[in-house]
Amino acid sequence: MKQQMGILFDVTLCVGCGSCYNACKNQNKLHYTNKDFLKDHLSNNTYTVVEQYKDNFARKMCMHCSEPTCVSVCPVSAFEKTDLGPVIYNADKCIGCRYCMQACPYSIPRYEWSSTSPSIRKCNLCYDRLKKGKIMACAEACPTGATQAGELSKLIAEAKRRLREKPDKYYQEIYGLNEAGGGNVLIISPVPFDQLGYNTNIPKQPMPGFTLQAMEKIPSVVSIGGIFLTGMYWLTKRKNEIVREERIGHRGGKNESE
Amino acid sequence: MKANNLFKLTFWKCFSAIVVLIGLYSTFSRFLLGLGRTTNLSDMVPWGLWIGIDFIGVGLAAAGFTIAATAHIFNARKYQSIVRPAILTAYIGYIIVIILLVIDLGKPQNFWHPLVMWNLHSVMFEITWCVICYSIILTLEFAPVVFEKFNLKVPIKLLRKISIPVVICGVLFSTLHQSSFGSLYLIAPAKVYPLWYSSYLPVHFFISCIAAGLSMIIFEAYLCARAFRQGLQVWVLSGLGKVIFAVLSIELILKFSDLTLNGKLIYLFLPTQETYLFWLEIIIGFIVPITILSISGYINDRKWLYFASVFTISGFVLNRMNVSITSLVRTSGQNYIPSFYEISITLLLVVLGMWAFKVIAKHFKVFETNFVLNSKVVETAELKQRELIFGK
Repeated sequence: MKQQMGILFDVTLCVGCGSCYNACKNQNKLHYTNKDFLKDHLSNNTYTVVEQYKDNFARKMCMHCSEPTCVSVCPVSAFEKTDLGPVIYNADKCIGCRYCMQACPYSIPRYEWSSTSPSIRKCNLCYDRLKKGKIMACAEACPTGATQAGELSKLIAEAKRRLREKPDKYYQEIYGLNEAGGGNVLIISPVPFDQLGYNTNIPKQPMPGFTLQAMEKIPSVVSIGGIFLTGMYWLTKRKNEIVREERIGHRGGKNESE
Repeated sequence: MKANNLFKLTFWKCFSAIVVLIGLYSTFSRFLLGLGRTTNLSDMVPWGLWIGIDFIGVGLAAAGFTIAATAHIFNARKYQSIVRPAILTAYIGYIIVIILLVIDLGKPQNFWHPLVMWNLHSVMFEITWCVICYSIILTLEFAPVVFEKFNLKVPIKLLRKISIPVVICGVLFSTLHQSSFGSLYLIAPAKVYPLWYSSYLPVHFFISCIAAGLSMIIFEAYLCARAFRQGLQVWVLSGLGKVIFAVLSIELILKFSDLTLNGKLIYLFLPTQETYLFWLEIIIGFIVPITILSISGYINDRKWLYFASVFTISGFVLNRMNVSITSLVRTSGQNYIPSFYEISITLLLVVLGMWAFKVIAKHFKVFETNFVLNSKVVETAELKQRELIFGK
């Protein structure tokens, strides 16, 4: 397995220039959706946004979970967690049930609502570029190093190092390291994450487990249920037969005594 | 059919015709314009009214498997007479749900993909397969009624030979996917409002559909008795009433123990929209029908059984709407109100379903005929009395 690639976004380094936003638009051939990129929001034509919270800027994008919810819920396996890290989507398989949108803990997937054959749209962590050995367009475009690309394990180590070395500067948590079991996008910040519009209410375990605890009972429900129903059928049928026989036998006995 | 019957356009017929015309127009628009322009769904509210209606349609069809199991597996012969109405209800319910699911899909042309592109981890995948398999089972279970009408004896004999395995498979498929509608929401513990989120959601869905499905039989039997003097004997209906009473009581206890054990009792008293709708669901769907059915005089009375069934069904509908819409409003940050198109397409399918049930119940042997023969005098008197009260 190849080394997984990821993104480390450091809020303390972001100046809110919008280079990542523009690079993403160009890379994915997306329409411009807002004159002021700071006021834009994720949509079927915007895979990443930069939001301003007082003096801080926060990027929002797909977190590329290690055990992605979208991959687990899609009935036709239209989503795939690639070896390189990106969670990618195949529009040709998609049936359009939108379960991925409903299930995603970060509410990231967007939909082409105005289309008559709509597809899901979201960041793909520049999978095509990664395959060619290049880094993500947003990381390449970032002038300050706020968005940094690299091997996931090295990024985690780097994030931890920054938190450790400058405890006054950083809120001592890495967003995306444990949320929904962790993923390939990590965020560090000077303030708690809920102050930057990040959802901090996300369970710290892989989401597919929540469904698995119900799904794993299916084989036993089917086998025990099947045996129980078949057994009940034979039992009740036999019971009815015995009742009938007894009734006939009883009547027969009566006849003899007469 | 008499000529004056043909031309007799009652209020309901006019209403149905208008609903069908508008509904067809809306369906046409939905495919021509896409989901964005015809529904009020959005990126934050990707599922709306139609998903709720799917839960309701399948839930109200639950009598199909419970009654089939009671009569054929547990060999309780006294419930034999309601097997057919139950199967027919289930069949119509499932057909409505399948049509609505296809309308709801973003890429309806790909509806067959789950058959060849598998994902065993997906609840949606399981649901798709169960819906398809159970629809085939229902076709096999209802086929004898059609063959009987055209006096085809060979296929009936064949179906009778495989009937027990078919019923068993039907019960298993139903159990799985009635509950898996609840499992759909397990993956979103942070999104679903605490009053409805529970790791036992599949169990709640399964138990509540049993009461709603049986209520549906009482509801239909009452209306059919009014419409064309077919129906069911009152002791069968009160038998159902007793089961509904038991199931509702069990579910109510489970619901509150679930809330208590998970420390969620506080949510019952917060002054929020969710709290009010939850209590409404409990009162309409549990307190009122349980009270009616606990009164011994009422449980043997068709009219009161009918009222209890209406309340049970309404409470069930509210519960499914709460789970699929209300519970997600807060975290989505958007208020969702179904669009004109969503409502009119839903009404179209409901009207078509009711119409199909009426036509089939009238022309095929769905309700037992000896009901009319055996207790004609009593029933006619009762009907006449009812006509006096309710009008024809």
